[in-house]
Amino acid sequence: MIVETGHFALLLAFAVAAYQMLVPLYAAEMGDERLMRVAPTAAVVQFLLLAIAFAVLTRAYVTSDFSLENVWANSHSAKPLVYKISGVWGNHEGSMLLWVLILALFSAAVAVFGGSLPPGLKARVIAVQGSISFAFLAFIVLVSNPFWRLDPAPAEGKGLNPILQDPALAIHPPLLYAGYVGLSVAFSFAIAALIEGRVDAAWARWVRPWTLAAWMFLTVGIAMGSWWAYYELGWGGWWFWDPVENASFMPWLIATALLHSAIVVEKRNALKVWTILLAILAFSLSLVGTFLVRSGVLTSVHAFAVDPARGVFILLILCLFIGGALTLYAWRAPQLQAGGLFSPISRESALVVNNLLLTAAAAAVFIGTLYPLALEAINGNKISVGPPYFNFTFGILILPLLLLVPLGPMMSWKRADAWAAAQRLWVAALIALAGGILSLVIQIRGPWLAPLGIALGGWLIAGSLVELAGRIKLFSAPTAVSWSRLRGLPGQAIGMTLAHLGVGVMVLGIVAVTAWRQEVIKEMSPQEVLEIAGSKVIFVGESPLTGPNYSATVGRFRIERGKTVLTELKSEKRVFLPSRQPTTEVGIYPMWTGDLYVVMGDQAPDGKRTVRAYFNPLVNFIWFGAVIMFIGGAVSLFDRRYRIGAPTRAAASEPVPAAE
Amino acid sequence: MAMTRKQQRSAFIVTGLVILGAAAALVLTALRDTIVFFYTPSEVISKKVEPGTRFRLGGLVAKDSIERLQGAKVRFTVTDTDNTLTVTYAGTLPDLFREGQGVVTEGQLLRSGHFEADTVLAKHDENYMPKEVADALKKKGVWQEQSGVKQ
Repeated sequence: MIVETGHFALLLAFAVAAYQMLVPLYAAEMGDERLMRVAPTAAVVQFLLLAIAFAVLTRAYVTSDFSLENVWANSHSAKPLVYKISGVWGNHEGSMLLWVLILALFSAAVAVFGGSLPPGLKARVIAVQGSISFAFLAFIVLVSNPFWRLDPAPAEGKGLNPILQDPALAIHPPLLYAGYVGLSVAFSFAIAALIEGRVDAAWARWVRPWTLAAWMFLTVGIAMGSWWAYYELGWGGWWFWDPVENASFMPWLIATALLHSAIVVEKRNALKVWTILLAILAFSLSLVGTFLVRSGVLTSVHAFAVDPARGVFILLILCLFIGGALTLYAWRAPQLQAGGLFSPISRESALVVNNLLLTAAAAAVFIGTLYPLALEAINGNKISVGPPYFNFTFGILILPLLLLVPLGPMMSWKRADAWAAAQRLWVAALIALAGGILSLVIQIRGPWLAPLGIALGGWLIAGSLVELAGRIKLFSAPTAVSWSRLRGLPGQAIGMTLAHLGVGVMVLGIVAVTAWRQEVIKEMSPQEVLEIAGSKVIFVGESPLTGPNYSATVGRFRIERGKTVLTELKSEKRVFLPSRQPTTEVGIYPMWTGDLYVVMGDQAPDGKRTVRAYFNPLVNFIWFGAVIMFIGGAVSLFDRRYRIGAPTRAAASEPVPAAE
Repeated sequence: MAMTRKQQRSAFIVTGLVILGAAAALVLTALRDTIVFFYTPSEVISKKVEPGTRFRLGGLVAKDSIERLQGAKVRFTVTDTDNTLTVTYAGTLPDLFREGQGVVTEGQLLRSGHFEADTVLAKHDENYMPKEVADALKKKGVWQEQSGVKQ
């Protein structure tokens, strides 16, 4: 009975989505303010209905109700509670339901927090959100319904893929979806603006926090996926340029570009047409990502059971929305009022270059990801495009961007003195140089590019700190003055500094682990020693272990440096019930200089164990950098100027004083 | 240095075209040099693949063919049910590597006629068959959507 309630709530939500799509749009067109007021209510009601449906499905998972086909196929009564819950979105149907639930949450958030929005714009934004909901709910209700029943109900479920039974992967999909779907708000704002034929500084101020929130979730979601791949897959790699990874990375690149171009719209009322295009592209790439991941058209190391037939439905939705949006854009964008002028050397121009490079990098990733698909359709040849392609194209395109990052914030709006800006960065250049030389001293071996990479990381970190120091007049004014200036800085400025600093930290990690990673493979009997990166890995022995829904062989390794015992690591080979699927758990010892990563492999014919050990220098900087970027986003998001009700059209038409 | 609106737009477009042109050139060079073809053992024979070429080999891991050699090396046979190719691989195999299941490896053909793999693609899901392998087997009529592989 409860299950039917959930199913019914889902169907009701579908109907509400249709209403939410049509009525506010009509009302806004007629200028009927009273009717427009139904939009927020519809959005909130839709969210509540979907929340009920989702809660019911979660309950079915928790109580192991195998009369639901979805629960039977993806759960097992012996699974720990937390993985019963995460199992709800560890499969196709459930994850699509989570997708629309988060979409509805964002719509409801616009409805609740968009109090200061002009009624027409608000109604249209909510209507466009409703149309996206409607399309995906049609997909769920018609071909991907998690509430379909089995009769008779089986006694036991088939279990969740054990590789998904992991804390990081339990929260990775919700975070990633919050990012993907959060970009829908920017998309809806863009479509609403095109319908209205009006884009101004206030518009950009409304769009930016939503994009920022989505970008934050994407950043941390991607980072978490990468971290999971690092410790769970047992290969020690953190990024594979796999289609599924690229699917999340492309929207991130465009969202990053959008964040920067929206600043230009907000401060200078320029780049409007371009910003609208980015807003459309960012969400379009989210849809492409959803399609790639959910349809299985591309071979991916991260592919889970996928269903190509359903892919066609998503492809249809994708064509409808992207095609429709771009058509509307081509028709209406030329009518938008042109904005402010700026000289070729200015903050605006710097941001244009940022945008072009990010977009070109995203395009290179896009082509590499989809080229195999296109080629196979054209001549039937099956090919794969791998890391060499992506490292080469993406690397070359992103390098100039990274070099220019510290320069951008030094430029003034409208017209800047490039030489003066560069002069202010001499300290940063010195620090970068010192960093490069230091890395040469510590680690002479390795590729000659590595010290340059370290210098680049140092340049980014020092550059952002120098910019901050300049703002608060550090060393040029009394400390008390600097302190009060720091406290008076807008959140946006600190957020930017942190985000750029995070990029620098991440670059350090990427360079170090790529250039100086060490790997040793050895067949070991107990008490044998493997030496790596100045440490000894001693194979202590192995013993059996029984977990809640698996049995395992635990290999124990003692890590010694000189005469001190650093720690004892465990690496497990697990076999999960009921599928008998094996997984490997790696042992990781994090140190300041990097991770010691030990994996117990298969047994050789003579009874020895194959053991692989890696030393991954500074690898944690990669995720640490992402966290700093996330915090930067959060600090910027809570900037008082973005507080609810702050941006009003009247206030925004006053000239905005250009920030330094 | 004030620009007119028209000049500004042209500057934007020109910069954009330059960057996009550079990106396109990069992409084309990289695509020419770095793509890897996918072959089944039969295609390796019919296309007369030269030793030393890098490609992906896919098919099923033949029954009873996995052999562990000295120095953490493994040898196994990849089959598409018509032809087979012997693969050697130094490294640890993915957890879901099994006899009778689909596999994709990347590496090069040796003069001896063996395939030396440096990568064995992992998969996350027991029921997942790499698309290329599924397609190749479907073409041969040994793959059925529901029951998996007929044997």
